[in-house]
Amino acid sequence: MNRKRVPIRNHQAEAALFSRRAFVSIGIVFVVFAILLANLYSLQVTSFAEFQTRSNSNRITVLPVAPNRGLIYDRNGVLLADNIPVYSLEISPLEVRNLAETLTRLQQLLDLPDAIITDFNTRLRQHRRFPNITFADDLSEEQVALFATHQHHFPGVTIEGRLQRFYPHRDLFTHALGYVGRINQQDVQRLREQERYANYAATRTIGKLGIERQYEMDLHGVVGYQTVEVNNRGRVVRTLDFTPPQPGTDIHLELDIGLQQIARDQLQNRRGAIVVLDANTGGVLALYSNPSYDPNLFVSGISTVDYRGLLNNPANPLINRATQGRYPPASTIKPHLGLLALHEGVITAETRIWDPGYFALEGVSRRFRDWRPHGHGWVTITKAIAESCNVFYYDVAHQLGIDRIATFMREFGFGEQTGIDIREENAAIMPDRGWKRARFNEPWYAGETLSVGIGQSFWTVTPLQLAYSTSILATKGERHTPRLLRAIGDRHDPEFVPPRALPPLSQVAPEHWATIHKGMEEVITSRQGTAWTAFRSAPYRAAGKTGTAQVVRLSDETNERPDIEDVEERFRDNATYVGYAPAESPEIVVALAIENVGGGGRNAAPVARAIMDYYFADPEQRQLKLLEIQQRRMNAND
Amino acid sequence: MQTTEERQRNPWLAKLHIDGPLLLGLITLGIVSLFVIYSAGGQDIGLVQRQAIRLGVSLGVLFVVAQISPQTWRTYAVPFYIVGVILLILVLFFGEMGKGAQRWLNIGVTRIQPSEILKLAVPMLLAWYCSRAQIPIRFWHVLAGITLAMIPTLLIARQPDLGTAILVASSGIFVLFLAGMSWRLVTVGGALGAASLPLFWFFLLREYQRQRVLTFLNPETDPLGSGYHIIQSKIAIGSGGLEGKGWLQGTQSQLEFLPERHTDFIFSVFAEEFGFFGVAALLILYGFIIFRGMLISMRAQSNFGRLLGGSITLTFFIYVLVNIGMVSGLLPVVGVPLPLISYGGTSMVTMMAGFGILMGIATHRRLVISQSG
Repeated sequence: MNRKRVPIRNHQAEAALFSRRAFVSIGIVFVVFAILLANLYSLQVTSFAEFQTRSNSNRITVLPVAPNRGLIYDRNGVLLADNIPVYSLEISPLEVRNLAETLTRLQQLLDLPDAIITDFNTRLRQHRRFPNITFADDLSEEQVALFATHQHHFPGVTIEGRLQRFYPHRDLFTHALGYVGRINQQDVQRLREQERYANYAATRTIGKLGIERQYEMDLHGVVGYQTVEVNNRGRVVRTLDFTPPQPGTDIHLELDIGLQQIARDQLQNRRGAIVVLDANTGGVLALYSNPSYDPNLFVSGISTVDYRGLLNNPANPLINRATQGRYPPASTIKPHLGLLALHEGVITAETRIWDPGYFALEGVSRRFRDWRPHGHGWVTITKAIAESCNVFYYDVAHQLGIDRIATFMREFGFGEQTGIDIREENAAIMPDRGWKRARFNEPWYAGETLSVGIGQSFWTVTPLQLAYSTSILATKGERHTPRLLRAIGDRHDPEFVPPRALPPLSQVAPEHWATIHKGMEEVITSRQGTAWTAFRSAPYRAAGKTGTAQVVRLSDETNERPDIEDVEERFRDNATYVGYAPAESPEIVVALAIENVGGGGRNAAPVARAIMDYYFADPEQRQLKLLEIQQRRMNAND
Repeated sequence: MQTTEERQRNPWLAKLHIDGPLLLGLITLGIVSLFVIYSAGGQDIGLVQRQAIRLGVSLGVLFVVAQISPQTWRTYAVPFYIVGVILLILVLFFGEMGKGAQRWLNIGVTRIQPSEILKLAVPMLLAWYCSRAQIPIRFWHVLAGITLAMIPTLLIARQPDLGTAILVASSGIFVLFLAGMSWRLVTVGGALGAASLPLFWFFLLREYQRQRVLTFLNPETDPLGSGYHIIQSKIAIGSGGLEGKGWLQGTQSQLEFLPERHTDFIFSVFAEEFGFFGVAALLILYGFIIFRGMLISMRAQSNFGRLLGGSITLTFFIYVLVNIGMVSGLLPVVGVPLPLISYGGTSMVTMMAGFGILMGIATHRRLVISQSG
């Protein structure tokens, strides 16, 4: 049947039709190829520049390089904040064949805790597109060596080294230095707002507290950049260009490690704080708050257990008692009040007041008692300071009135921040009518003025404020803002920072200062003086004032609520002391407060004596002390 | 009218049933392929060796197939098609998975991919069918032809293997077009095809295929997901510029930003390293092979030979179009290799077999003349 149809067909016509269709097809092929070529032309020639840029931005990555953080030294050149190399194990998930197996093998090889694998998987989910993810931080040298010998079994796993902050003296400087910690979301936001975030592109930590936070800008340095060619997995193929980072500036503090160590040795396990100032510059020679804590815990992220331990510690180590602890000043402010009374003419240097052991206020049935049951007899201003007579001051305060007291005391910095160069500072309270109205919506009662006269009632101060006000007394009105920073820059050629002087308290007549100074010297030189025992046979002339604050009524003032177990202890008085030396031309000022230990003469004055003894000791002895500290540090860090 | 000049030039090639110019074009492509694969495969000489072996095997297949006369193909067109479709149905039930699709059939000795058989079986069957009728073919012939082509096409699309389905469907449609289906039908068919796209979308495409199409329509919406491939490919091509970055110098490919560098996206590697000049030369080479194929078909002595040869040639063109269109962002991503350049064996063997048939059509001419004359 097939054969029958063939002869009828016009083969030539059919072939011609096919050829026409074939030519049409060739035409279509030609047109389509032209379209493809036109499109390729537009990509490769017209938009060449754009795609070249995109190709470069694909392969060329700019890697930020973190600057080394500036070091921090004390005034003797002792290193307080160092940078030490730490090693971490980084995994590039895209280059690891069997991730789960690799993780298990690594964990077994390096003897790491089981939780590390779950932690890693969490980070893996969060940072899916990062080329490298940290598996283990802070590897020991043994672990680094162990991994190095097995590295060829772990493709895609590398050891990365970097510098990390280390505080060799552990808890000795914590409240002054503060610490650095991991940059968190708030830090990022703050840096963005200040347009400084780009500088932190490679930085892991930032100053969180104290000096580390205050001088962050100097300490941090400027980020460097490495221009590298990377593959699609972000692995660096080669370096094209390198702009080295500028390291941060070194900082030199006024702090003296010897004084700091004495302060801690003196406090031992007693809660309290000590501040030592350079009387003439405001330089902070020591600032120690007890108990303290190890700031190294915070550098690479504190564990929850450690942090909870610090938070729940009833002794509140996280609080900087030197600048944030609010204590009733008690008798330590009697010299200031005496000065005001002289200045206002309420008394003269010769005025005598009879102290029968109590002071009676008209219309108030309660008797205001002296600490000595039968009184001090006839009392002048110098004796009132030396023996810390209360009745004299009830009388003086009553005559002055709260308004004049509050105004004058603000001149000494009470109720205000001193402006020290760390942020953790409390203004404490200098009470007056306005304050009481605002706080309790109550009028001021005359009896409260009497309490203020002996540094009680609502009046609270920080040890730093006490030191600052005492330095004003010691220098007859010169005022220097307390400052930890001494110099910045290279260790061998630092740039010293001039003291920040405020306008002096000049309206007080010189003879009034002298009278008060005499009183403060008698605290130490008079056999009846409250610090006579503590300073007996000191090889220098010192002046001071003790204070003993009753804490029972003030428990609502403080944020520290002691445990029920030690009810006994919490009823004990706070001991305070302020002093300066040498009396004839003051160099240093010491102020301190110790919680719940009893009287200031017995408990606080000996601490100040030990500090001053060290300050005035022979250079050799001081050197010995420094060596002893170094030795102790080495033992502790081993 | 035709062959004197050619037979005079290469008498021994004609005896071997080889078309010289076509073979030259194919071998040139093969050599280009080895160089590009060396660059695209991260300079892995093993990859090049394997491709060279495949190329040799494919050329062997071409040589063997070229010895078979078109008449023989015509005789076995129907059983060839039926066996192919049965194998496809078997794949549907007993097939083995590979790359997310069920394409392979284990026949004990080796694994075969029945869809490859249909790339040749469908044009053969339709060429046989149309050559039985008178050219130009009638409406019902077109209807029957489309039905015959759609049966394997749908089976392949279900695997899913959209690339091969498109190639099989085109090979059938080309036969019908070359057999002279009326222009009116071409127009109406085109319109109907366009109208059925939504049906296609909802009933035939899998989710990932729809995603590919959406990505194609706007790759920048998903630069890190499926749009990534096409963006990186366009960057590779565009950054090649006029002269290219040089062999082994393409950063997009050497630094592994390009996906599927030595297979589906090998054209991007070529375009990046050899630039617009290289790309134009490559298209001219493809154009030459297509032109030569169409010339052979036109000179064929039977309608069967003409239709089969033309369809094989134009299907080859579809490979080029879909692949280059895909990597340069003109068409959605469909897994079609760049013919004879992409790394991989199965489709290369089929393609070379197709060119073997074409050479058979070119060189078995006298036999045909003597038979019908």
